[in-house]
Amino acid sequence: MKRIKTPLSEKDILGLKAGDEVLLNGEIYTGRDQAHKRMVKKIPFNIKQAVIYYCGPTKTPRGKIIGSCGPTTSSRMDAFTPALLKKGLKGMVGKGSRSKEVRQAIKKYKAVYFLAYAGCGALISKYVKRAKPVAYADLGPEAIYKLKVKDLPLIVGIDAKGRSIYA
Amino acid sequence: MKIIKAEKITKVVADLCVKANCVLRQDILRKLKAAYRQEKNSRAKKALGAIIENARIAQKEKLAICQDTGLPIVFITLGQNVKITGELKKAVLKGIELGYKKGNFRESVIVDPLARGKSTYRGAVMHTDIVKGDKLKITVMPKGFGCENKSQFKMFNPTAGPEEIKKFIINAVKSSGADACPPYIVGVGIGGSADYAGFLAKVALLKNINAKRSRFERDLERAIGRLSIGPMGLGGKVTCLAVRIERFPTHIAGLPVAVNISCHALRSASRTL
Repeated sequence: MKRIKTPLSEKDILGLKAGDEVLLNGEIYTGRDQAHKRMVKKIPFNIKQAVIYYCGPTKTPRGKIIGSCGPTTSSRMDAFTPALLKKGLKGMVGKGSRSKEVRQAIKKYKAVYFLAYAGCGALISKYVKRAKPVAYADLGPEAIYKLKVKDLPLIVGIDAKGRSIYA
Repeated sequence: MKIIKAEKITKVVADLCVKANCVLRQDILRKLKAAYRQEKNSRAKKALGAIIENARIAQKEKLAICQDTGLPIVFITLGQNVKITGELKKAVLKGIELGYKKGNFRESVIVDPLARGKSTYRGAVMHTDIVKGDKLKITVMPKGFGCENKSQFKMFNPTAGPEEIKKFIINAVKSSGADACPPYIVGVGIGGSADYAGFLAKVALLKNINAKRSRFERDLERAIGRLSIGPMGLGGKVTCLAVRIERFPTHIAGLPVAVNISCHALRSASRTL
């Protein structure tokens, strides 16, 4: 199993193939529907080589780093994704399939789309070592958080050559 | 005449919200474990293993099974000899707010669907049935919207045969693909009116998935299995854990069919007072 870290390097990205299992390390940003709607206008963090995790966690129980935090359906973000890839986004983590446009944009900008274990939010919370709000606090669960993850298990869904695990 | 206080209902609803969100239904867990034993595809088996481990962690640490703690759907079966002191609806809504707060669940409900705005714990879909007797049964089903978004509905001609209906149901699952957290539980409502068929499809999801299924249900389970979507959409044998169907009388001119897909984390909890 490959271990990779953020910010994602071109070498790491090009070494990934759809279907590969990887362990992700470093900082990633949560962002889902409403945050994407805003981000296409202005991105509130450095998006160069960054990874966005399509996730809206539950509230954090006392004594824990984060609550349940599994992936949400990626295809709802499809309309916004090419614009973010153009600005330097290199990785996305979510669940399910992506549109043809997103697949082409992933290929064009040499990025990667990962799948996280879907419907396993309690399990995934164990891989989060730090969570810090970054922007859009008014969006509640849809706000952007910076998460530090350690060995988060993922599967490459779409690689930089545009190959998809679902195709 | 039995008297039940509104405060009692609030407390029970709050407890049911926590239980439903943190403890996976036993019938679902049992089926997942059987699926894990059967699965040969290594990636699919790993995904099923993660799902089972997730349920264990959620129960042990009182964490939500899924971060999408859903839109609460509440089924109330009220015996006509029960007298409630206070307001039933208010008591239920208050219980949901309390339970969701206590469980640190996600505020996933927005008050106005068009204006959107801030998400809250306020709001639930409530179905109330009045029956004979002096018992009050409450069921809370937190329904995630990744799968709810894949619901489908169609008014068939009354001359449509079972094969046409099967095709529609199979296609609903096919178009859900990997998006809605397979392996799925497929709830189907056949009959009634347009609105009622949707309700029946939800009620179908409350049935025990290990109980004896009809031939129609088993045929559908086999056909859906052949789609080979598999856990997380990674292929393999287990695309659906079960198909459950509810039927109801309908009009001579029509045949409503509603499909309500559930992700593998089908959550509900009940209590009878």
